[in-house]
Amino acid sequence: MTNTKLAFSLLAAALVAAGCSKETPQAKKEGGAPQASAETVEVKIGHVGPLTGSIAHLGKDNENGARLAIEEANAAKIQIGGKPATFTLVAEDDQADPKVGTTVAQKLVDAKVNGVVGHLNSGVTIPASAIYNQAGIPMITGSATNPKLTEQGFKNVFRVVGRDDQQGPAIASYLATENKPKVVAVIDDATAYGEGIANEVEKTLKAAKIKVLPREKGTDKTTDWKAILTKLRGHKPDAVFYGGMDATGGPLLKQGRELGMKAVFSFGDGACTDKMKELAGDASEGLLCSQAGIPPQAASQKFQEAFKKRFSGDPIIYAPFTYDAANLLIEAMKKAGSADPKVYLPELQKINYSGATGPIAFDEKGDRKDAEITIFTMKGGKIEPIAVVKAGKTWPYNDFVKNMASAK
Amino acid sequence: MDTFLQQIINGLTAGSVYAVVALGYTMVYGIIQLINFAHGEVVMIGAMVAFSVINALVPYGLPPLVIVLIGAGCAVPICMLVGYAMERLAYRPLRHAPRLAPLITAIGVSIILQHVALLVWSRNVLAFPQIIESRTYMIGGAAITTIQIAILAICFGLMAALAILIYRTPLGTAMRATAQNQQVAGLMGIDINRVIAATFVIGAALGAIAGVLYGTYYGLAQYTMGSILGLKAFSAAVLGGIGNIPGAMLGGVLLGIVEALGAGYIGDLTNLCQYSFLAAHINDCAGGGNFVIFGSNYQDVFAFVVLILVLVFRPSGLLGERVGDRA
Amino acid sequence: MSDWRARPAVRWAGVALIAVSLAVLPFALAQVGTSWVRITDYAILYVLLALGLNIVVGFAGLLDLGYIAFYAVGAYTYALLASPHFNIHLPFWIILPIGAAVAALFGVLLGTPTLKLRGDYLAIVTLGFGEIVRIFLNNLSRPINLTSGPQGIAGIDPFRIDGFSFSSYQTIGGLEFSGPIKYYYVLLAVTLGVIAVNLRLQDSRIGRAWQAIREDEIAARAMGINTRNLKLLAFAMGASFGGIAGGMFSAIQAFISPESFILVESVMVVSMVVLGGMGNVWGVILGALLLSFTPEVLRWTVAPVQQALFGRMLIDPEVIRMLLFGLAMVLIMLFRPAGLLPSSVRKRELTQEAQ
Repeated sequence: MTNTKLAFSLLAAALVAAGCSKETPQAKKEGGAPQASAETVEVKIGHVGPLTGSIAHLGKDNENGARLAIEEANAAKIQIGGKPATFTLVAEDDQADPKVGTTVAQKLVDAKVNGVVGHLNSGVTIPASAIYNQAGIPMITGSATNPKLTEQGFKNVFRVVGRDDQQGPAIASYLATENKPKVVAVIDDATAYGEGIANEVEKTLKAAKIKVLPREKGTDKTTDWKAILTKLRGHKPDAVFYGGMDATGGPLLKQGRELGMKAVFSFGDGACTDKMKELAGDASEGLLCSQAGIPPQAASQKFQEAFKKRFSGDPIIYAPFTYDAANLLIEAMKKAGSADPKVYLPELQKINYSGATGPIAFDEKGDRKDAEITIFTMKGGKIEPIAVVKAGKTWPYNDFVKNMASAK
Repeated sequence: MDTFLQQIINGLTAGSVYAVVALGYTMVYGIIQLINFAHGEVVMIGAMVAFSVINALVPYGLPPLVIVLIGAGCAVPICMLVGYAMERLAYRPLRHAPRLAPLITAIGVSIILQHVALLVWSRNVLAFPQIIESRTYMIGGAAITTIQIAILAICFGLMAALAILIYRTPLGTAMRATAQNQQVAGLMGIDINRVIAATFVIGAALGAIAGVLYGTYYGLAQYTMGSILGLKAFSAAVLGGIGNIPGAMLGGVLLGIVEALGAGYIGDLTNLCQYSFLAAHINDCAGGGNFVIFGSNYQDVFAFVVLILVLVFRPSGLLGERVGDRA
Repeated sequence: MSDWRARPAVRWAGVALIAVSLAVLPFALAQVGTSWVRITDYAILYVLLALGLNIVVGFAGLLDLGYIAFYAVGAYTYALLASPHFNIHLPFWIILPIGAAVAALFGVLLGTPTLKLRGDYLAIVTLGFGEIVRIFLNNLSRPINLTSGPQGIAGIDPFRIDGFSFSSYQTIGGLEFSGPIKYYYVLLAVTLGVIAVNLRLQDSRIGRAWQAIREDEIAARAMGINTRNLKLLAFAMGASFGGIAGGMFSAIQAFISPESFILVESVMVVSMVVLGGMGNVWGVILGALLLSFTPEVLRWTVAPVQQALFGRMLIDPEVIRMLLFGLAMVLIMLFRPAGLLPSSVRKRELTQEAQ
């Protein structure tokens, strides 16, 4: 009997908790923010990404990028429309689940955020973007690369990261012209990102009359690639491209070398990190990979240092992009002199901003205009930029930097 | 031929890790008919503890093998403790409850363990320090690394040791008796609670070692790694006949090999472009193109299809005995 | 206990009260925030799923760990027949029955090879089936593009009747109807229908036969029950409810991809059924509501409570949310092993075993 009572009291507690929670948002509304006087503009910027689940580390990385931008903005005492502004980051967890993503998006809309940075996965961003669109709230994603996102015709949806169909062709054409492979194996992790970029690579390679082996796929959790690699080894590819993240790409590379494969291994931005050295050891030497934007070494050492100081660790992948995304929102508000989404949205559409990932402007779809793609190689345990691809043209990295300097 | 041999080696290595994890599932199931869904999390904790210890010891310049052994030496007792606590707190009170109740607590426990691990070891994918120098040997054109050899030796050693424990020691006899009939075993003077706790603890120890092996072989660990590994191992245990110790070993190794061969061959076999009478009708085949119906993307499907086929023809798994309906 | 049931006036008053509160609920929730209406919509979807699974697990005693596959089949049926993907745009009242039928077909497809399997063997085969369906959906983008693979299908049509769209914002008679509120009423209507079917099933010939199979399959067969057909019927009926829920999910989300149909979702639905009380319709509904609302309630409370207690964030709120969620699952089972509202049969079993 005591058991029954306990269970019921547990239930009652849950109900009470439910009751309380319903009041909290109202309390927030009525109480208002205590520090907000009539003179200050209160700006709420939402950030959404998976903070639990198997890609939670990437979600946190994204959040850190946006958080840094907000903290810097507060420290800089920015004024919007002549009034001092305070910025708060409303960080939410979408669990990389499309359903939770829409719930959280609605929560941010209810909380009347002025703009949103996120989400991380394309599969979550697309349904969520419809909700922001209905509410007229601008959102900028720093990591969702699926072209479909900006093909929906939403005026308020932007992305600062290169689309799959910008980045895939860049790394593939570099591979085709510089390494001249005869046979290439393309592998992906069967996610929207991995498959998307792998499809684009395959398309570009085929257009260059290079033989592409039948697609092999793992999952975003695969750690044992030996069966697939052994099969590929039999076909003797000159190069391997993998569309996926570093957590799976590292083991892939390591196991490929263990099996004695001599091919050039190339990756998209998901696996274009120094972590590849940790995960694959010496096997990582000489890998090729691409990142959207111009490399941090050229664009913003400042961001790297600030990030390291604030979060005592390097950004993992997309933090520079979410950092830029948050800054873009703030910049547009500054220019428009208002934090009202309706007022600053036009400013965002025609913005010209120099961020941590290079100069940013949006095309009519909300994609980044003429995004540069940088090609890296792993040298002595660090990824080093070797070339920049812009509008279909490949520049050796040093020439590009020189050009940029002279342009300034 | 070298490709085939290589695939067998790949499959054996992965499969023997599955087998050791599967033992944890099957031992617990054999004795109290519970699918311990949180067992995968124990494996994860083992890998994580070893990661921390190994990372802490690397600067001291000990021989790599000693460092890894100390890492495993720390992981095993901690996992045993986790296994014991799990049994004592979440399963023992439910021993006479409806069948599915402990299944739900197991899911709850696994959520809790995962997020505790998240707090301790962060969300990041942790790169295991690669301190053991891996040498590659060639056997008939197939590559095998020192770590692979070590994994095979350790896994088969563990399986042999477990077999001796179960079939040659008093504890093993007590475990088998409890598995057959708890009440009668109790009447014969066996402390059932102790035997069941011992089963959990031994299973957890095996899980810890599997975790360390997994970490050193694949070079990484993350707080969510337990779920996929647990799923594979659970399938292996069922394939062999859940509750049956040799069955788990056979199931694990077999599953590993099926996965490797499936990923290695089915894609080529279902590439319709190699069959000239079909290729003529498929546009994609023109100019050396491909039209693959089942590629390596269906690797997990092959494994499940084999599992389902085995169960359709042998409803209690490969080595399982036919038992009455307990559901 | 039983006297209020005997007095029809009180009973009808109660029913009326519940009806009114269900009708007003979305507007009350919308006052707090539209996100709560949306959360409620998803919670009702889970109620539908849990009720469907309850037929398989609760009534017929067949442990199904791959139930989400039917949800996926329903969702993809809807998405393929009402989206720009194949440029087919059928109205929802045609697709939902098709989705239910296709899901039922898949139910039979799963049921047939597993007729002989029992208990945990059945669990792993159904689990495998669920994964196989998801992997197929994820990979049928090549060699011929059927499902668009991991890229998902976008631009799925909402429910629409003669230009009245369920997804858009509208003011009718001075009341503000947002998309989630309109869907709430559709979901509520479907759920009431499914509840009625479930309640009727429970005490029907079929229901009793399922119960007999659940308790002792061999004895049931000896009594002349056609166990094969009845088991297949359980799978098919359970699956068709999942298919309907999937179709509505598709319409509400307007975008689906295989990542919505992962194993964890199946496990969640099983947990709802077991936590609430297998075999008891009201228990299952309670379980579904509890497990869908708990994480959301925690999402809203953990951060402010922590802020109030310690003045700052000690631990990430989302981690605490998951920890409390896991803990709740363990505690409820420890204190109520047969579920929060056990079915009468289960209760009897439990007391017998304790003796």
